[in-house]
Amino acid sequence: MNELLDPLLLARWQFGLTTVYHFLFVPLTIGLATTAAVFQTAWYRTGKAEYLGITKFFGSIFLINFAMGVVTGIVQEFQFGMNWSEYSRFVGDVFGAPLALEGLLAFFFEATFIGLWIFGWDKLPRGVHLATIWATAVGSIASAYFIIAANAFMQNPVGYEMNAEKGRAELVDIGALLTNPVAVAAFPHTIAASFMVAAGLVISAAAWHLARNQHLDTMRPALKFGLWVMVGAGILTTVFGDQLSLAMVATQPMKMAAAEATYETVCGADASFSLFTLGTPDGSSELFSIRVPYLLSFLSTHTFDGCVEGINDLQGQYEMLYGPGDYTPIIWITYWSFRWMIGLGMAHVLVAVIGLWLTRKGRMPKRPWVWKIAIWSFPLSLAAMIVGWIFTEMGRQPWIVFSLLPTESAVSPNVTGLDVLISLVAFTLVYGTLAVVEARLVVRAIRNGPPEVGEPDPETGRVEPATTVY
Amino acid sequence: MDLSVLWFWIVAFLFIGYFVLDGFDFGVGMSLPFLGRDETDRRVLINTIGPVWDLNETWVIVAGASLFAAFPEWYATLFSGFYLALLLILLALIARGVSFEYRHQRPESRWKRSFDRMIIVGSAVPAFLWGVAFANIVQGVPLDAGHNYTGTLLDLLNPYALLGGATTLLLFFTHGVVFVSLKTEGELRERARRLAARSGFIAIVVAAAFLAWTGLAFGAPWFWGFAAAAAIALVAGWLANAGGAEGLAFSLLAITTAAAVLALFSALFPEVMPASNDPANSLTIENASSSTYTLTVMSWTALIFFPLVLAYQGWTYWVFRKRVTRASIEAAAH
Repeated sequence: MNELLDPLLLARWQFGLTTVYHFLFVPLTIGLATTAAVFQTAWYRTGKAEYLGITKFFGSIFLINFAMGVVTGIVQEFQFGMNWSEYSRFVGDVFGAPLALEGLLAFFFEATFIGLWIFGWDKLPRGVHLATIWATAVGSIASAYFIIAANAFMQNPVGYEMNAEKGRAELVDIGALLTNPVAVAAFPHTIAASFMVAAGLVISAAAWHLARNQHLDTMRPALKFGLWVMVGAGILTTVFGDQLSLAMVATQPMKMAAAEATYETVCGADASFSLFTLGTPDGSSELFSIRVPYLLSFLSTHTFDGCVEGINDLQGQYEMLYGPGDYTPIIWITYWSFRWMIGLGMAHVLVAVIGLWLTRKGRMPKRPWVWKIAIWSFPLSLAAMIVGWIFTEMGRQPWIVFSLLPTESAVSPNVTGLDVLISLVAFTLVYGTLAVVEARLVVRAIRNGPPEVGEPDPETGRVEPATTVY
Repeated sequence: MDLSVLWFWIVAFLFIGYFVLDGFDFGVGMSLPFLGRDETDRRVLINTIGPVWDLNETWVIVAGASLFAAFPEWYATLFSGFYLALLLILLALIARGVSFEYRHQRPESRWKRSFDRMIIVGSAVPAFLWGVAFANIVQGVPLDAGHNYTGTLLDLLNPYALLGGATTLLLFFTHGVVFVSLKTEGELRERARRLAARSGFIAIVVAAAFLAWTGLAFGAPWFWGFAAAAAIALVAGWLANAGGAEGLAFSLLAITTAAAVLALFSALFPEVMPASNDPANSLTIENASSSTYTLTVMSWTALIFFPLVLAYQGWTYWVFRKRVTRASIEAAAH
């Protein structure tokens, strides 16, 4: 019973649950706001009904999703203080700043302009109204930057000094904090991956209608757009992911070792990347594996004869530096999440390239199974994003702030296991219920297809949108 | 002025922004069962705050983040100490926030009614609990030497704090109903005006009791000035509403909320989280704040961006300044 009511364990589960859940909505918000902005720009320039239809169609899915992003985001901010008060005391001086900057610079901006976009269709001049959706998209991307900069401090603390008297880290260089090499690499990687997720949704939704041979005038351009974005964003995600893994090796070698489950330091050809392994869950012994020689060396150092430090050596080094303890993350989680992230990402680019080939010059595949594969784009791209995030955060363990503060020292000392259990159960029930409602609403919105957008004006040939109300 | 003192008042300003703005939209949410006689009425009510509730709610996120950045100790003590109360607020805000967007997604009246209930409860619970929380902050709570709260949820529900909760609940309710009369037409506008007159009267009595109790128990020189301003603005706002001057009544009630928050922060100054058991454990502006460097960075950011934020948020209210009519709601295809 006592073990069940361990506040640390429960608080960690709660953080994992609420963060992963929140992160289902963030990439879609970023990607779909931009998607809606692109198509609204096309409508602005041409006045064509199909572009307004696509804007409204993905805009409505964006809004269903945006509401969830907002309400689950408040939980994220509150739980640092609620569950992790010792962490908040320790890093508030440093970590609080990017959160406050996010609120002031990005969050206000996004929340204001989304209201103007939803309700401003017939109240704002057309160009100003177009600017509001771009402002929303920019706000959501800026917001991501500050959050990633805050998170990067947990991965690679920079720009601070320890204040021994107060027992806390204090900010001494905001520039260094905001240009943390981990943040600089993680930000474009995450944004590009967000576009992949949004492209996945666009491809799925368009494929669903095209498979039924309906809404061809709106869904064909949407599919093309989704496929091109998937390929482009996929390449960018890979390029920046490579930069991020270099930054990771430089700052958190244990995370890279754990990603590969490599226990001994290996160099050159021995530094191979295993595509697939059968063996014990923690990778300590293997029965069978498919390995690409040199690849791990190349990923880690950009040379073919580089060395990658193993878990055992790093564990030894960390014990010397930080005292006795286990400095290894849970290997099977890091190993498999890293593989699924890369594998699913690669598979999406491949599917999109094939899709572009199959739909070249206005062709449309006839076989149903082709469309079925396309429809899986969205859930699987979202899954890739989620396992990537799990890898980043689980690979940081046992540190909450790498090398400075262990996770176990960060939990609120005065919050009982029962308190955390109550809130964990409450969040699980509420989030679970909302997930079902949200999923049904999104599926329903997709199946309903693009809304009727009215007849073109006989004089100008333009289609004008109707009033929006709740 | 010391930067940490400046940030104490900036935090007060952010909570004023939050309580004034989300305060009235909580009030609109709570007024659904009283003013929403039919589906069209309810849609009119929800549409009065449709374009702005999200930006209003953002103020609490910015207030929370600023508390985290400028006073990490205060943030840590408050949020871990008031754990279950804040959990209830979070659940209420989640229910309410999704309801605005989800309610109109399906035509069935059962679907709409269940989201209406979530809007009502989701508005009332935070409106009440924020008052409870701030009354407890002013009153002080038991803290240990590490500044950690040592009481329970029940300790927070003491008579003084409950009176504080009743005050914010009634004040926000009245403010919201006045907003409805400002933003609607015809019969609904009249009913809102009459309801605000009744709820405003109760709000005056309860708020007077709460401010008098606060002043007598924790008063400071500045407190009485702000408390008097709040009281005068509240009574004047009530009279303006009775006289049909809706814009004036709404502004005066906004001033009431602002002055009341300033009164509470004056009563708190220079502490931020007084320890009721041992003054040595209290958190003060001095021992709870961030380093001068952090506060300097944030001060420059605030100085540059607050005017911009206030400008574009003000512009939003200007864009949606027209009254929401039944005809416009019925005309919109949905």
